[in-house]
Amino acid sequence: MKATVAVTLKPGLLDVQGKATQQALESLGFKGIKQVRVGKLIEIELNHATVAATKRDLERMCQKLLANPVVETYRIALAR
Amino acid sequence: MKFGVVIFPGSNCDQDCVHVLKDVLGQGVVTLWHQETSLKGVKCVVLPGGFSYGDYLRTGAIARFSPIMQSIGAFAKDGGVVIGICNGFQILLEAGLLPGAMMRNAGLRFICRFVTLRVERTETPFTNRFRQGQVIRLPIAHNEGNYVAEPEALKAIRQRGQVLFRYCDANGELTDDSNPNGSTDAIAGITNTAGNVMGLMPHPERASEPALGSVDGRLLFESLIEAHAHA
Repeated sequence: MKATVAVTLKPGLLDVQGKATQQALESLGFKGIKQVRVGKLIEIELNHATVAATKRDLERMCQKLLANPVVETYRIALAR
Repeated sequence: MKFGVVIFPGSNCDQDCVHVLKDVLGQGVVTLWHQETSLKGVKCVVLPGGFSYGDYLRTGAIARFSPIMQSIGAFAKDGGVVIGICNGFQILLEAGLLPGAMMRNAGLRFICRFVTLRVERTETPFTNRFRQGQVIRLPIAHNEGNYVAEPEALKAIRQRGQVLFRYCDANGELTDDSNPNGSTDAIAGITNTAGNVMGLMPHPERASEPALGSVDGRLLFESLIEAHAHA
């Protein structure tokens, strides 16, 4: 099973990379950009027996290491 | 006093710390490899600056799971004195031994220059040789020094007086211009609630000899020696 974990800064925090990227896009002439947030994408391949076990482990991986709960949030997506 | 300087793959200020403690201050120093678990009877652990584990994932995120960090966690819990400098500070935050987290500098640049700092408290093992409100000069060299903490945690940090150093101007005033990296409340160095673990972004070991342009950093190491002598 393949999983992707997207880690981004929490909504309330100023994302300086996102802000700089937005300004760069605007300077290229792109209009109507409301907001840009930069994060990281982590791809994980697992061979757990069940979807439930996979989800449980991914959740724990995020909490323990992949995201820092003080400043980041994460989204887990599973694909077979 | 016996100091232990930890070396992770990617540490690069460890020998500077060893040099200051041993050659400048005449203290006993051992180095502690990240794979070791014994702290060799040291009285103070120094987590030096650098790019432990290549700063992969987040600064300090991987280093905190190294074998030596498990021993340091137990040592700190027992009241052992631990100081983290720059990347060492980031590791202590990731390990949960200090509250908060580090984000990219607000200006998105790696900053390497001298800054001025205000000493906020002096009745600690890390600052007893400074004067209250003293303005000191130390160099910073980091890309992720933008300190943040959740509102509740920040309130507690302020109320308990856990902030030991703030970025300031030459007169000791906190201004937007004197905050190099966008740190919340101009925070440059904090302790834990028990007061035995400290992290700071500037490098005292790079400002402990006249040839380096400042000797203010020496006071921090001398504070540790002083505190140990009266313990």
